[in-house]
Amino acid sequence: MKIQILGTGCTKCKKLAQHAEEAVNGLGLDAEIEKVTQLSDIMKFGVMITPALAVNGVVKSAGKLLSAEEIKGLLK
Amino acid sequence: MSKPTNTYIWRGAAGLALWWLVYRHLAAAAAWLTYTLLGLKSGSHLASAVEFFIFEVPKVLMLLTLVVFGVGIVRSFFTPERTRRMLAGKREFTGNVLAALLGIVTPFCSCSAVPLFIGFVTTGVPLGVTLSFLISAPMVNEIALVLLFGLFGWKVAAIYLVTGVVIAIAAGWVIGRLRMEKHVEAWVYQTQTGDGAPDEELDWPARIRFGLDAVKDIVGRVWLYVLIGIGVGAGIHGYVPENFMASIMGRTWWSVPVAVLLGVPMYSNAAGIIPIVQALLGKGAALGTVLAFMMAVIGLSLPEAIILRKVLKPLLLTVFFAVVAAGIMLVGYLFNLIM
Repeated sequence: MKIQILGTGCTKCKKLAQHAEEAVNGLGLDAEIEKVTQLSDIMKFGVMITPALAVNGVVKSAGKLLSAEEIKGLLK
Repeated sequence: MSKPTNTYIWRGAAGLALWWLVYRHLAAAAAWLTYTLLGLKSGSHLASAVEFFIFEVPKVLMLLTLVVFGVGIVRSFFTPERTRRMLAGKREFTGNVLAALLGIVTPFCSCSAVPLFIGFVTTGVPLGVTLSFLISAPMVNEIALVLLFGLFGWKVAAIYLVTGVVIAIAAGWVIGRLRMEKHVEAWVYQTQTGDGAPDEELDWPARIRFGLDAVKDIVGRVWLYVLIGIGVGAGIHGYVPENFMASIMGRTWWSVPVAVLLGVPMYSNAAGIIPIVQALLGKGAALGTVLAFMMAVIGLSLPEAIILRKVLKPLLLTVFFAVVAAGIMLVGYLFNLIM
């Protein structure tokens, strides 16, 4: 599984990456977390408002700082 | 109606009642604290400043919390994706009007201005329409609107709302007419954009959480500005002589452009600037001049210019700022003339 955190480096984006890590560890998943910080790469996902989270290349949420619990819900 | 929804409604009603009870007694509490507990002499500069501060801080913070929560719930109905779909392929004038209105209710932060700009122009939203949105989103600020309503009444709030929307419509339309598409950085149109986030249907508990998150986020970010703003306001209120401001921020022909020029490098948010505005008005500053100053502080900022420079070439960026500044000055002169 591949989880991508889209964001140009704002505080919310960093927190989202943290929460994603907590969620992955909490569920004991074998997942890779990648941070996408280049604007042109972010735009390829069609995301207009950061931070956003994509699982296996599909955007699941944009513009929200999800909690670890909410991310767990998206990963199940 | 389901049980959890009922619980939310009861809690909400109880919270509102408590809010109202506390809010109504703030003035009396501030007076008591200033004159009885601190024992300051009525009519002195210090007492006047202290009472202003003790009264305004909880008042503004309480108004802010309520408004941000309400606006958060309204915003849970709008997403940038939905806004973009509504604007794509719209004709110029209609598009400008719609964009200016959507700018008020769509969740937006200036850090997202660039991806939003790219997302809009690459999917068929005309440049002028996109700019109408980008002007209205920061300038017609819900926090400013409600604080103006709370501190000055509905007339000033309505004036601010209407003029802000009109400036956004007119400025976007003018830039659209100037056909400046070639002054957008070339890489913008080469950017490939995907489908974006899926729309999700939220239920009411989720919308309420959205509102609470907005409160935590925004109030957590601006409370310090509010404190500083009210502190400066209190100083003006207590120590600046009556009518002192009439000479500087009055109705002379140069006061409006000077107010706008002063406002641009000042980067504050609505919550911090409005208590200052209130104190200035109390000392004889003219409404149009003060309104222009406030709109320049909120709507025209250097950080925003630096962010937008990534997508707009210098000429277009200059035109963008010049057109918006001209609109703000027009509003200033207009209100100095009629009020």
